[in-house]
Amino acid sequence: MDAVVLDGITKTYAGGKILAVDNVSLTVKPGELFGLIGPDGAGKTSIFRMLTTLLLADKGTATVQGLDVVKDYRQIRKILGYMPGKFSLYQDLTVHENLTFFATLFGTTIEENYDIIRDIYEQLKPFSDRRAGKLSGGMKQKLALCCALIHKPEVLFLDEPTTGVDVVSRREFWDILARLKNMGITILVSTPYMDEASLCERIALIQAGSIMQIDTPDKIVHSYPVRLYAAKSANIYGLLKDMRDNAAVESCFAFGEYLHLTMKQDKGNAVADLEAFARQKGHTGIAVKEISPGIEDTFIRLMNQKNQ
Amino acid sequence: MKQLLVFIRKEFYHVFRDRRTLLIMFGLPVVQILLFGYALTSEVKNADIVISDQSKDANTERIISKIKSSSYFIVQEKQLAGPEIDAAFKKGTIKCVLVFPPQFGNDLRHDGKASVQIIADGSDPNTAKTLVNYLSVILLNYQQELAGGGVVPIGIIPELRMLYNPEGNGSLNFIPGVIALIFMIVCATLTSVSVVKEKELGTMEILLVSPFHPIMVLIAKAIPYLVLSLVNFTLILILSVGFLDIAVKGSLLLLFAESTLFIITCLSVGLLISNIATSQQAAMLISMMGMMLPTLLLTGFMYPLENMPVPLQLVANVVPSRWYYLIVKAVMLKGLGFSAVWRETLVLAGMTVALLSLALLKFKTRLE
Repeated sequence: MDAVVLDGITKTYAGGKILAVDNVSLTVKPGELFGLIGPDGAGKTSIFRMLTTLLLADKGTATVQGLDVVKDYRQIRKILGYMPGKFSLYQDLTVHENLTFFATLFGTTIEENYDIIRDIYEQLKPFSDRRAGKLSGGMKQKLALCCALIHKPEVLFLDEPTTGVDVVSRREFWDILARLKNMGITILVSTPYMDEASLCERIALIQAGSIMQIDTPDKIVHSYPVRLYAAKSANIYGLLKDMRDNAAVESCFAFGEYLHLTMKQDKGNAVADLEAFARQKGHTGIAVKEISPGIEDTFIRLMNQKNQ
Repeated sequence: MKQLLVFIRKEFYHVFRDRRTLLIMFGLPVVQILLFGYALTSEVKNADIVISDQSKDANTERIISKIKSSSYFIVQEKQLAGPEIDAAFKKGTIKCVLVFPPQFGNDLRHDGKASVQIIADGSDPNTAKTLVNYLSVILLNYQQELAGGGVVPIGIIPELRMLYNPEGNGSLNFIPGVIALIFMIVCATLTSVSVVKEKELGTMEILLVSPFHPIMVLIAKAIPYLVLSLVNFTLILILSVGFLDIAVKGSLLLLFAESTLFIITCLSVGLLISNIATSQQAAMLISMMGMMLPTLLLTGFMYPLENMPVPLQLVANVVPSRWYYLIVKAVMLKGLGFSAVWRETLVLAGMTVALLSLALLKFKTRLE
């Protein structure tokens, strides 16, 4: 039995005027770390809220651990852990009071399930009498995760847990998720950061309410159908403009200090062609190379195909 | 059950750790009671009076000392002549003038009849009338004394007796109204804000996805404010008895029972507001504006309902504080028992059941 199943889920707001989730189907296997990758407004939060029984879908069905999200919502609420995107705990309660409150609310105690949160909570312990509002962003996220885990959920839903958290804390957070996965908890996590996608077992790329591709991060990267090139020069904005005017270039996007390009017809000498083109336009400090695509390249390519 | 207790404890933490909430909860009642009790009173006290005594005999002296000993007047020592009196009235330094003509004592002794002149500032008719009444009563009183406790030969003498409030203490009327106002504002505002706060913080999502029954969330929110409001009520009673010289004449138990009922009414209103409002500001605005005005205007403690147009009187019937006001007045000031207020209690209980069921029914177990 799959841990989470969505079948043709559609969700609209404002009386059908805004389409938030468009006919989404996906399955998450038991014990899997599954990522929902997409920009803000792609429909990630809506999907999470439907799975956590907080919203009703317009069309389609969904189950969590075989339980229907509409009919069996009370049973589902006992077995899921949920960390909402804007979740900020009770700022005026201490770390320990927050945790005690959520433990009791879910019918358990901190001691009973301490083994599951030990790794995370040990880091928070020195601050256990500090008010949650006085914690750093990373600490807050860890406390929130503790609160979501304290009742030993079977399925864990994390809506953008690393948004607004510093790079080091993000890294730590993903390490924690990997450990939780090893404990056998099914985890569904959403993130707008493409670099975090490779840390999931399988991912779904979602854009404007519909899913573009579902697979392992490796397979998604390898499914990139053409060769990808990176180019830079001293004047990166000028180069971007020139390359977009170049009739031979299919697509060109800025990625940090480089431009990522694909060719309309790739005859194998694209590196030299691009270099020559840049030099002819008067650019200096030119560097062009072939690179292997990342998740973000795939995402942009899929998005453009969909929009055409 | 344990969940509910922990939840209630959490609510108490929120209240006691937030200075603003504490201030609204306990500061507001104290300020209101003292304001309405002392400052905003319709009574006339310590009015400046000038007495022009042209007779200067034993009679006038005794009348003047009576006036001096009443708390309503401050007798100006300075003697003023005609034009000066006019100027003093215009400046507003005096409220009233009493003139004894030169033959006052003589007339009274020989004819048994004499006249005095009372001049009052008619630009403030209510005060003027009240002062003239006070003076008339004092003069009448003296007349009775002269008659040696017997009946004054001619004339009908009205024997005035203000039931339940012989001194005409103005705070008596205000206190029940202020109590109603305080409960309405404190209970409705604080509960609605505390529920909406959970929505804003995103913690409501967690509360909803927990196995804890959603209805229990509302109950856990309401109970701390019920307890605190009862503490508040005790505080108000102590203030009223201690500072405003108001005696609780009826059963204290009945008073607390009726107040508990009204507090639950107000909490239900607050919970209902929290269903509609999506931000703390909105919740605050709806409870303050939506509750304060009808309570102030249509309860009957500031403006008598009997003098209002019939449509407004009908509207006043659906204002819960109006019924609570009647109950408190009856129990606290008149010392009446439950048999005298069961109708009002029934109306209030009916409203409470309706509001509470509506609040519970409208509470969303999901986000929309």
